[in-house]
Amino acid sequence: MKNKTDVVIIGGGINGCSLAYRLAKKGMDVVVIEKRYLASGATGACGAGIRQQWSTKENALLAIQSVKIFEKLSTELMQDIEFRQGGYLIAVHDNKEMEQAELNVALQRSLGLSVDILEPQEITDVVPILDVKGMRAIGATFCPTDGHANPFKTTFAYADAARKLGAEFYTHTTVTGLTMSQKRISAVTTDKGTIQTDVVVNAAGVDSKAIAQKVHVRLPLTPFRKEIMATERLKPLFEAMVISFKDGIYFSQQKEGQIVGGIPIPEERGGYKTMPTFAFLQHMSSTLTRYAPILKHVNMLRHWTGFYDVTPDARPILGAVAGVKGFVQCNGFSGHGFMISPMVAQVLTELIADDKTSEILENLNISRFRGKKIEKELSVVG
Amino acid sequence: MKRSIVCRCEDISEEDVIQAIDEGYTDIEELRKKLRIGMGPCQGRVCIQLVARILEKKTGKKVSTIPLPTVRPPLVPIPLGTLAREKHEK
Repeated sequence: MKNKTDVVIIGGGINGCSLAYRLAKKGMDVVVIEKRYLASGATGACGAGIRQQWSTKENALLAIQSVKIFEKLSTELMQDIEFRQGGYLIAVHDNKEMEQAELNVALQRSLGLSVDILEPQEITDVVPILDVKGMRAIGATFCPTDGHANPFKTTFAYADAARKLGAEFYTHTTVTGLTMSQKRISAVTTDKGTIQTDVVVNAAGVDSKAIAQKVHVRLPLTPFRKEIMATERLKPLFEAMVISFKDGIYFSQQKEGQIVGGIPIPEERGGYKTMPTFAFLQHMSSTLTRYAPILKHVNMLRHWTGFYDVTPDARPILGAVAGVKGFVQCNGFSGHGFMISPMVAQVLTELIADDKTSEILENLNISRFRGKKIEKELSVVG
Repeated sequence: MKRSIVCRCEDISEEDVIQAIDEGYTDIEELRKKLRIGMGPCQGRVCIQLVARILEKKTGKKVSTIPLPTVRPPLVPIPLGTLAREKHEK
């Protein structure tokens, strides 16, 4: 292990790897420390969706600008990340939800996004297998440029491109301590050695809270076990991701043909439990077959869990913290870290390499939780 | 061209596995995520032991020391309608 570097990123998920690539491209010396293997945490367990339809400006901006990067990413990284734009169809179930949907669409359109409100009969034009009555929808919103990419392939592609630019990745390596001198970060200690550095990025997903505690920074993160399942492969049936904020369900058909989706279990509580539950299988299968009755004959193959690292406003914590210079946060993604990662890497690179801040960084700084009224992201599923 | 199939569910050959190991994917979980081995209907019953032996040959790690991937429920495929019915009858 080398003993000195410009930046140490803790966490080899999508955000750690995309940031490593951007920083290395800027000519910085970067080391990534990963406890297990790349994409072994939330990234590798996620639903692969890329959505731009958000209720808060920062999330919408991060997602819209990320899609522009995703569109060219396979070329830029010289590996196929399986990006495809089949859209996101968001079911709307009652008048109250429709009022919120109209507000969301107005915000998204003001940021330049093309998104439509669909009548109930238009829903099956987009996703033919849906039963509009069964899903109890009075309408939907649809953005055709939302989509998917393969989370493993995207993470691996970023890491490979970063390595070519000189970044070093140490997997199966655990951070054991952070050293400070005169209120700034000076070194990272791991079970394989110590690295001197001025900047540490905390991109450790659900473990970010424990990392921050090493320098007595308290992050308002709560881990939530989330469950997700995959069916057997089917011929192509639909292209859009279908989601509902009211039912919490999301599902879509992946490139290989399997339907992947999740839903929160009714008695969901925060905590570090990882065991899958039978309650999920029952709740997911009954809701999914209510939305798309034709799927009742389809076999469910696999069921796994991952974590959302949830903040009080369901928005990420990005950038500097008071009292510990050089300690940069890149966590609290609350279930949507994959889809905004290209732009998160961009704004954090500007901060770290060029000392440049932005409206997004200001509004997503951890200081927002101190006393001020927080604006909660409402468009959360899973 | 000779092609020895390792994973029948995802159509992955011995050559595909060797190439991925050469690219630096040197444990079963990483290979699984790179190649989708063990993600098909058999859930790894056919391929994982074979992949572990290729890994032993390529990396020198003993099969007995190579960690197996997490077993995902259910052990056999179950129709969604069957799982859903269970709930409706309650």
